[in-house]
Parts: sequence; structure tokens; C-alpha cells
Amino acid sequence: MAQAFYREAIRDALAEEMRRDPRVFVMGEDVAIYGGAYSATKGLMEEFGEDRVRDTAISEAAIAGAAVGAAMAGMRPVAEIMYFDFMTIAMDQFVNQGGKNRYMFGGKTTVPMVLRTEGGAGRCIAAQHSQSLEAWFTHAPGVFVVAPATPADAKGLLKTCIRDDNPILFIEHKMLYGVKGEIPDGEHLVPLGKAAIRQEGSDLTIISYSRMANTCAEVGKKLAADGISAEVIDLRSLKPLDTRTILESVRKTGRVLLVSEACSNTNFVCEIAMRINEHAFDYLDAPIVRVCAADVPVPMSPTLEDAAIPNPDRIMEAARKLAKGEV
Amino acid sequence: MAMRDPVQGKVGRKDDMRFLLKQMMQIRAFEDKVFELLARDILKGASHVYAGQEAVAVGAMQAITDKDLITSTHRGHGHCLARGGTLKLMLAELCGKETGYCRGRGGSMHIADVNAGNLGATGIVAGNIPVATGAALACKMRNQGQVVLCFFGDGASNNGTFHESLNMAGVWKLPIVYIIENNLYGMSVSVKRACAVQDIATRSSAYAMDGVIVDGQRVLDVQATVAEAVKHAREGKGPMVVEAKTYRYRGHSRSDPRVYRTKEEEAYWHDHDPIKLFRELLAAQKVMTEAEMDAVEAEVDQEMAEAEKFTLDESAYPPAEAVFEDVYAGWIQGKYGLEPIQK
Ligand SMILES: Cc1ncc(C[n+]2csc(CCOP(=O)(O)OP(=O)(O)O)c2C)c(N)n1
Ligand SMILES: [Mg+2]
Repeated sequence: MAQAFYREAIRDALAEEMRRDPRVFVMGEDVAIYGGAYSATKGLMEEFGEDRVRDTAISEAAIAGAAVGAAMAGMRPVAEIMYFDFMTIAMDQFVNQGGKNRYMFGGKTTVPMVLRTEGGAGRCIAAQHSQSLEAWFTHAPGVFVVAPATPADAKGLLKTCIRDDNPILFIEHKMLYGVKGEIPDGEHLVPLGKAAIRQEGSDLTIISYSRMANTCAEVGKKLAADGISAEVIDLRSLKPLDTRTILESVRKTGRVLLVSEACSNTNFVCEIAMRINEHAFDYLDAPIVRVCAADVPVPMSPTLEDAAIPNPDRIMEAARKLAKGEV
Repeated sequence: MAMRDPVQGKVGRKDDMRFLLKQMMQIRAFEDKVFELLARDILKGASHVYAGQEAVAVGAMQAITDKDLITSTHRGHGHCLARGGTLKLMLAELCGKETGYCRGRGGSMHIADVNAGNLGATGIVAGNIPVATGAALACKMRNQGQVVLCFFGDGASNNGTFHESLNMAGVWKLPIVYIIENNLYGMSVSVKRACAVQDIATRSSAYAMDGVIVDGQRVLDVQATVAEAVKHAREGKGPMVVEAKTYRYRGHSRSDPRVYRTKEEEAYWHDHDPIKLFRELLAAQKVMTEAEMDAVEAEVDQEMAEAEKFTLDESAYPPAEAVFEDVYAGWIQGKYGLEPIQK
């Protein structure tokens, strides 16, 4: 096992898949010479040339749409949208064209493409560069949504996504690029629709994804020191969702805390609560609890940014209360 | 910008001319039938008909080969037919039958035949332009000499995706021809009121590509013009814009009373009907007699009747249980959400 940064894991996944399959190529703003705004495509142009690593104009709709068209015409594009916030501009192409063409055309086409983007708060770059818009996309039929939290999962999932025949939104987190982790040697693939249990436990289940999954794993360790046994689930894929792993855990613990960095209202975790309600209601010993971002545009000022998004203390407090039956 | 010089008079072989005439007649017959079925409420949903614009799709499609690709629009029946579509499978699709091109999942606005190189129609005006551009990028990277024809309307050329896409194609010198069907209106709003330029082909100059205007009512002119643009694209010289000046006869959709245009204007264009003009040309050049052309029309009427019978009497609707099929490749809705399809 070797150690690698999250950003290196992304780059290695791209490089390995590009070596393996000549149909795979990369395009996006500043991905070639510059190596990506968060350096996740560094060195690719040098290895694969400008034909397969393409700098584009600042044209988010055309980037996403060109990926759809290239995919339908026989390539396997990996396009980058520099910030999740800019996905709003690319959304029609990804959701209305990419996500629906297969169904609308009677199953007679596939759209094998990955849109990589990077979301989340933490850098004081305010409301148009810090969002977590995953729920906008999990809502759309025809597209998959993944959000890896660790370098190993970033690598393994990206490789799987590139090989998959569906349009996939691959959400990285801006605060994770500099995080280091162990990556299994050799060919490393992580399946879609498979959650990771980051810590086993019996008192409550904490469910999260992306950066917050790491925060929850830390919280889980601290809770153990207090004698609270938390099971921490990192979803990794939001769609397809590993409902079975969630249900098994809920049947064991009877208490559920959902954590997400996206705004609270209509957060993706509401879907998880609903599935638990549908399939494991009788196992619940307490109401399901959530810790999500405040329903505000992400503020710039560090005090406000911290107040707006979940932090370890608030997650900890919610977990303690839930475990002690105080909700 | 001046209109391209007409090529009238340079007619081709009789078989080829008969083929063009027949395709235009097929589209006209199809659209007349669609309108009738809409009025009788047999055909559900939205249908934007192509009557009046036949020469554009038919002429343009003559300029490409089987391996090339096209993208279409909400007004896409003509493109589908001219690209080799059959009346039967098209009508079945419009009526939501399992036997249709998209097994009834798409209908009029999403008619596609991906295996035949028709990457599909879209209900999002201008939504096909980035997709076509990406397909052209794939053609260039795959290097098998393919080109893409991207059809869209005057209205679509005011959307941001038009400008983003043409810029991208201009920078990368992609093998694509953008065909603007300028039928003078986007729904009710005239080009005069919506477009800062009246000759939309001039917009090509902003993206370092040539633009040309052609009389979209004359099928051989369209064919010749698009053929030149396709040659240019295939030789690696980059994209081009072709603007075809044309007119849609019917209202934008079935509920449109056409209050935004005059009877005189409509009469002018009916006088420049693409089928009428082509018939006159073929007769004047003694390529086909009136009787021969009438016989083609009768043949088309017969085919249309068969297509109607096929659709209404011999084709089933998809079963309700099929609703979850083909949303995803390899996955399907199960008890707990999406599950991999077991092979
Ligand atoms: C993005 C979008 N905006 C608006 C509409 C509604 N709409 C459908 S067709 C149309 C007019 C399109 O005009 P044009 O591109 O000139 O094509 P035409 O209908 O004339 O063939 C409009 C406004 C739509 N379907 N999609
Ligand atoms: Mg128009």
C-alpha cells in the first residue's frame, strides 16, 4: 500500500484509465497546461498530449454537452466543471440531454461520461464557490452521483465510473485534495452503489458522505472514548444508493444521525430518512436526526462559514443526545 | 450577406431526382397525417410539423453518407425521414407505440435512430448544439472521416449554447456543419424582433468559420451548398454554417392561431413551396412527366395509409411494467432502489 494525496489519486485514476482505453479523454477549463484548478489533472497533458487532455473555453454548457455528444459517438469523456456551483450552467446538458437520451430513445443509446466537479465549503470563498448541490442531481433520473471521501475511494470509484456506461457526476471536495491516505496497490476498483462502514458500532448509526464522512469518522472515534459505540457509514455513492447497508445498520442500532454539508432543506439525506421509514420503521428507537448546513448562501467570513456548515462539535453533540435518548 | 447563387437547371439522374421528390412528398404526407391525427386526438402530446421546410432536410441529407451523424430538433420528423427513417416506425413513435423508433418513450420531440446516425431530436431548444459539437469532437478524435450535421432553428441561434458550441468548434476545427433553418419565427416571435442580425449566417464570422445562405425552398441548392460545407469539414478545414431561408406552413404547434403573421406572407411562401418548385423544375427539364410525378405521390399516399394501419391497428402500447426499463445501462429499480441487472 502506498500513500497518496486525494488529488494524486484522481490523477492516477485518470492516467490509468487513459492508458487502458484510447476512448477515454479529459477536457475542461485549465485542465491541460495548468493541470486543473485543484491540480487533479497535473501531468496528464505531458503524458497524453493535447488531443486527449483539452483545455476548453469558459463554456460550461458546451463542455457538458460536448461530453454527452462525444459519449454517444463512441468516446468515453471525462469532463471537468471547475466548481460545483457552475454545474447550474451545465445542468441542462447533463440532466436533460445526458441523463435522458437513453430512456427517451428507447434504450438504444448509452452515454458513458463522467463529469468531475468539486464542491463544498471551507475556504472562505463564499456563496458561489462553496456549494454542495448533490440533491439537485440525485433528483434527476438517468444520472448517477458519487462523492468519495478518501484517496482510495476517489481512485477506485473514478476508475469504475469511467468504465460504467451511464452519465455520472463525480463530486470531489475542495478540502480533500490535500488529504493523504493509503491506496491499495495494483488495479483498485470500488463498485458503484456500495457504502463503506468506516467504524462498526451498536449504539447509533451516523451516515454521511464526502468530506463530512471523514469528520464523522473522527467523531465516531471520540464517541468511543466516551463509551458510545457509533457505526459510521460513508455512502460513497449517493446514486445508486446502498440501501441494504443502511438498513442493516439501522436494524442493529435503532438510532440514526444523518450528516451533510449541503443545505438542510430537501437535503439528499431526507431520501435516506424516507428509505429507513419505508423499510425499517419498526426498528427505530428514536426520531431520525440530521445535522446539515444552515439554509443560507455559504457566507465568506470564517466565523459565519463555520456557523453555516456542520462542524465536529455540532455533530458530536447531536450524536451524544441521540445515543442518550435525549431526542 | 447575399444568398448563394442558385444551381437551378443542374438536375441530376432521374432516379436521384425521383428519390428527392419522393422524400419531400413523404414528409409532407406524414405531416398532413400528423395534423389530422392530432385534430382527431388520436395522436397525443406535442407535435411540431415540418411542412414547408422539406427541401432543407432532404437536400442536406443528400450531402452526407451513412457513416456520418446528425442531430435534430423539436421539429424533427423531416430530419428523421430524410436520414432514412420509415413512415411506419415514425408514426408508431409519435403515437407512443412499442414498435416506434424509440419504443414509444420519446414521441415526436425525441425521435431518434442512433444506430442510423440520427443522435436524436431534443425538446430543449438549442440543446442539441453542444451534443452535436461533442459528436464532432469524437469524429475528429476517432479519425474515420465522419462529419456531423447539426440542425436547429433561427430561435435556437439566440441561445447561449449556440455561441459556446460554435466557438468550441471554431477553436478545435471540428468536422461539423451547423444548419440553421431560418423559418422567420421562433414560435410567435419573428427574427426581426428576436435576432440582432437578420442573416444569422453572419454570426459564423465571430467564430472564425464561413457562413453561407441558401434558398431553403430549393432542394438542389440546399444539397449543393451543404455538400460544399461537408467537403470542407471532411477535409479537416473546420466547421461551417449554412443558413437556409425557409418557412413553416402550420402553426408552431396545434394550438397556434398564427396571429403574428399575415395571410399575404403565408401566400408568398406557399407560392414558393419546395415540392411545387421542384416539380416545376423536373417538368421544365423534362426529367419527369407530370404523370410520373403524380404516380410518386400516389405511391406515397399508399405508404402513408400502410403506416397508419401499422400504427393504429397492428402496434401495441408498451406495457406499464416496462416503465423502469432503460433509465440506466445495467441498473434497474428494485425493492430498495437501483439494483444491478443480473446477467
Ligand atoms: C429552452 C427552450 N425554450 C423554449 C422552448 C419552447 N419552444 C419550443 S419550440 C420554440 C421555438 C423555437 O424556434 P426555432 O429555434 O426558430 O425553431 P422552429 O420552431 O421555428 O423550428 C420555443 C420557444 C423550449 N422547448 N426550449
Ligand atoms: Mg424558427
